[in-house]
Amino acid sequence: MSDPLSRPSKTNPQTPLRVPALPPEARSRAAMGLTAAAAEGRFALQHCAECGRVQYPPRDACHACLSVDLPWRDTDPVGTLLADTVVRASPNLYFRDRVPWRTGTVRLDAGPSIVVHVHGDCERGARVRLTSRLDRAGQGVLMALPMEETPNMADDPQLRELTADPKHRRILITDARQDTAPALARALLAAGAAEIMVGEAEGWRPWPGRERLAAMEGVTLLPLDVTDTASVETLAGEIGGKTDILINNARFVRPGGLLGGDPGFARQEMEVAYFGLMRLAQAFGPAMRARGSDGVRSAVAWVNILSAHALSSDPAYGTFSAANAAALSLSQTLRADLRPGGLRVLNVFAGPTEDDWHQAVPPPKVTGGAIARSVVEGLQDGLEEVWCGDVARDLRDRWRQNPKVLERELTGGAT
Amino acid sequence: MSVLADLALALSGGDVEVVDLTHTLDPDFPVIVLPPEFGQCARFRMEEISAYDHRGPSWKWHDISMSEHTGTHFDAPSHWISGRNVPHGSVDEIPPSAFVGPVCVIDCSEGAAGDEDYELTPDVIEAWEARHGRIPEDAWVLMRTDWSKRTGAAYINLREDGAHSPGPTPAAIRLLVEERNIRGFGTETVGTDAGQGSHYDPPFPAHHTLHGAGKYGLQCLKGLDRLPPTGAVLMAAPLKIRNGTGSPLRVLALIEKDSA
Repeated sequence: MSDPLSRPSKTNPQTPLRVPALPPEARSRAAMGLTAAAAEGRFALQHCAECGRVQYPPRDACHACLSVDLPWRDTDPVGTLLADTVVRASPNLYFRDRVPWRTGTVRLDAGPSIVVHVHGDCERGARVRLTSRLDRAGQGVLMALPMEETPNMADDPQLRELTADPKHRRILITDARQDTAPALARALLAAGAAEIMVGEAEGWRPWPGRERLAAMEGVTLLPLDVTDTASVETLAGEIGGKTDILINNARFVRPGGLLGGDPGFARQEMEVAYFGLMRLAQAFGPAMRARGSDGVRSAVAWVNILSAHALSSDPAYGTFSAANAAALSLSQTLRADLRPGGLRVLNVFAGPTEDDWHQAVPPPKVTGGAIARSVVEGLQDGLEEVWCGDVARDLRDRWRQNPKVLERELTGGAT
Repeated sequence: MSVLADLALALSGGDVEVVDLTHTLDPDFPVIVLPPEFGQCARFRMEEISAYDHRGPSWKWHDISMSEHTGTHFDAPSHWISGRNVPHGSVDEIPPSAFVGPVCVIDCSEGAAGDEDYELTPDVIEAWEARHGRIPEDAWVLMRTDWSKRTGAAYINLREDGAHSPGPTPAAIRLLVEERNIRGFGTETVGTDAGQGSHYDPPFPAHHTLHGAGKYGLQCLKGLDRLPPTGAVLMAAPLKIRNGTGSPLRVLALIEKDSA
């Protein structure tokens, strides 16, 4: 079993902050397939399209038949831990701060033998499963895990480095009025979060559910309006230095297309989805980035909850789709900006939501609870992309197949 | 001495005081809340352009945005459908003489303290006139409720059946407009109508009757407790916005010392 992670004591104010360091970042373009799979929690390796051999490390031509047709495919992750060792000294700044570090060689049933990070609960010679994870540099790496869940398994320090686990972390949820807020607070507290801070815009305007959310143990409501720069800066000034995970669930949506649409609603959609993200990033981002190596409760992740139609517009929600597309683009820049701190930017893409503004949309629709589960799973697995609901997953698959076909189908004419 | 020279002397000597009846423009100051499928009143917002920094080394300035009807503001006749054909119905067309004039203040603070849906009725107006004289033509009439001393949720006072705040009945506003021919009507609440004003006949009687007759509105006023019932001069000049239906503004009153 892993030693359980205990709640960290208060920081000694006289101790300088550890400067964030990253594990080695360079990869070949071929190796990026591992990163792409890890970003959405899949274990994939290159499979030769001609002879079927599984490849590792990633390469441009098959090691057996020299074919250059090497598509990435989901692969059986099970193998045997042949050998292991513990690194106790490293010249690399990232590993130097984190030794001892266990590594080993796993022979996969699928063929290749791979040097991987090894979880403390794996026994030499035993069967293990590999998982593909993003490291702090945002690159895909492989780690061997025990076949079965072990006590406190997620608390293994090496595995925790490859996740954005909410356990013991202080989390800001930006919009208390959303259906997602109470579900997120509950799910994150159940996952061991130390403290949930929830932003409340316009405290003068009452809303149902306020008392119940405010009464939850471990939850604090704080004034925050993502459409107001001064409000965002004020809250960042107060809690920016102790925000370990920021979950931006702020949303404004009104049904309607472009012609005959309301410029006021369209502007508000952009104010919340795009400028809101921008304001939050500019106010909270720098302090979070600086705290990327701040021990057990380092700043670790930024979560955006987006519409899956950020990929391809739903004309019935045209301006809302556009605002989400803008936010998706900005989230990529945010990912680049937060990378030096080792922070994960997780985008949770939701299909149509079960709320007042999707009354005319037929099911399936996703609930706040489903989105909350996606967020917690995404953080625990250290992902960059989670697709919540059948509609979102279907859109993703069709978009990957052919974005033009998807666009044409979404804009009418599909049978 | 001329009248204005006398006034200038009175102002500098303190015999005439300038009273500010305006709330600070603040992003968190409540605005009217309509059903969510309707267009909404923009909140006040301020973005820094530069602050003695790389964006402008020696100066600080802001971009601001808001609705015509955010904060302490003026309603022009064209704000309401009943006033859409009134001549000079937008803020840029209103003659400037309308922006300075006499003001009567009807103190409803006691009633509003005990009843958040307190109504200004013809009886209340007539009782006021019995003490202070008939409301003169072309005067501003302000309904003092001390509502401006409330803040946040208590100010907008929204509940599941809508907002609750004092205001005039249809008969009261008809009396002021049709029989007293006032210039305009002002309140300390978020609108010239009561919070439950949509349930009167006609709905929103102050807006309907005032603007249909080419009269003006002032709302979100504060500090009306500093004004005397009669004898003050109100200065309320909206921004000169082309076809504007209203405008945030600084509302001032001139009062004679110790008259309040």
